[in-house]
Amino acid sequence: MTERPLPVPDRDTAPFWEAAREGRLRIQRCLGCGRNVFYPRPVCPHCLSSELGWIDCSGRGSVYSYTVVHRTSEEFRDQVPFTVALVELEEGVRLLARLDVGEPRVGMPVEVAFERVSDELSLPHFKEVD
Amino acid sequence: MTRDRLGAIAGVAESDLGVVGPDRTSLDLQAQAAKAALEEAGLGLSDVDAVFSAGGEAWSPTMAIAEYLGITPRWSDATNIGGSSFDAHVGHAVTAIRAGRCEVALITYGSTQRSQRSRSLGRTGEIRGPAQFELIWGLPLPVGAYALAATRHMHQYGTTAEQLAEVAVATRAWAALNPKAYYRDPISIGDVLASPIISSPLHLLDCCLVTDGGGAVVVVSEAVAGSLRGKPVWVIGHGEAHTHLTIANMPDLTVTPAALSGPVAMEMAGVTHADLDVVEVYDSFTITVIETLESLGFCAPGEGGEFVSRQRTAPGGDFPLNTNGGGLSYCHPGMYGIFLLIEATRQLRGERGEAQVPGARLALVNGTGGVLSSCATVVLAGD
Repeated sequence: MTERPLPVPDRDTAPFWEAAREGRLRIQRCLGCGRNVFYPRPVCPHCLSSELGWIDCSGRGSVYSYTVVHRTSEEFRDQVPFTVALVELEEGVRLLARLDVGEPRVGMPVEVAFERVSDELSLPHFKEVD
Repeated sequence: MTRDRLGAIAGVAESDLGVVGPDRTSLDLQAQAAKAALEEAGLGLSDVDAVFSAGGEAWSPTMAIAEYLGITPRWSDATNIGGSSFDAHVGHAVTAIRAGRCEVALITYGSTQRSQRSRSLGRTGEIRGPAQFELIWGLPLPVGAYALAATRHMHQYGTTAEQLAEVAVATRAWAALNPKAYYRDPISIGDVLASPIISSPLHLLDCCLVTDGGGAVVVVSEAVAGSLRGKPVWVIGHGEAHTHLTIANMPDLTVTPAALSGPVAMEMAGVTHADLDVVEVYDSFTITVIETLESLGFCAPGEGGEFVSRQRTAPGGDFPLNTNGGGLSYCHPGMYGIFLLIEATRQLRGERGEAQVPGARLALVNGTGGVLSSCATVVLAGD
């Protein structure tokens, strides 16, 4: 089996992955215009400011869209079927993640639940809010 | 009305299509298509002073094809915005022609992805940069991204799997009229729905083919077109836009960049929707077609499913669409946009035999690239 692709934290993304390891979902907030930014980057895509801070998210959001994957690349084949969703966080940004629910639906309220991949790395999954 | 002639398509050709075998290369296919397109135009290699290409194995696709064919261009453009690149190249070519920087532009594409089995649904190993938030989940690409768009469109507008299937069925009916098409046997809506789910809600028959193939388009100035014996097809409008690279960053999963490129091209051409006789749009997946028709304004947002129902876009229907059989049934060598231009040109020359749209005078081409990321629209007029 081919190795599963994993993120390599870099100068932009390390704070995100460090927080994820501690079970926190963290995104950038621009100190120039106050807008939230995801994925992490050194310049605000709304106002060009390079003053970006980090905020802890509530971890809650809703499903903007989803797909149940039946055929995919070799390294994920043992996991099918699984659901990948675009989650709209309460903070107004969208991210792609695994959705660990039996019957997904658009608009479903969800919250983050981290999957520990290694000592260094946890990935944000989402589950239905009870 | 008199419309500005921005340039002319003087020659078009495909290479061998389908499965060409492991001994062929993408450059070989491009050269085969380029030779046929130039000969159709009545032009020689020494006439070509601009090259446009994208994709293939070479790090510089334009330098690769120019060297291979012995061309020394004074204009070179390897813009790569995905499968719509070649449709954008037409806009770039006529812009360079109008600026006096070239007169004969050669646009080429070739791929042996099928024979090389190089197409992959994912990536392995360590993922760097922004892609680390996109490629770690096992989402098969590009199909999974289009599946996300389809789920959203169905949720927002009530679009059904049957309506998506209408697109595949109508496109196959056009392919039945094209001897070059990869699949020509008729299919039903039931066949589409019974084919395996790849990434819900998209079935296998909602997805484009994986084939080999290449194509070439020769774009010339009005002056050059006037000196040639063939029937020119005039470029009268063009537009392009991209809104994102990755699907998580698409502003609205139901609106493609055709909403930006389409109005620009149509205004430049001075045409309305009702003026158009034939429409060729990138059909990477059935949802691509429905969202593209809405984004181009052929119907209101959300009405695309109803628009394509009852085989309206099939042969004999009142909206001839993807008249070569499309990426869904004719060929799809990875980046399909050049084949839209080839088909629209042949329709406007009246060469399509059984698949000819009677009296076709005006055509719209819309390429889509990436994961609904880019669009390039071209409006063409017969002579």
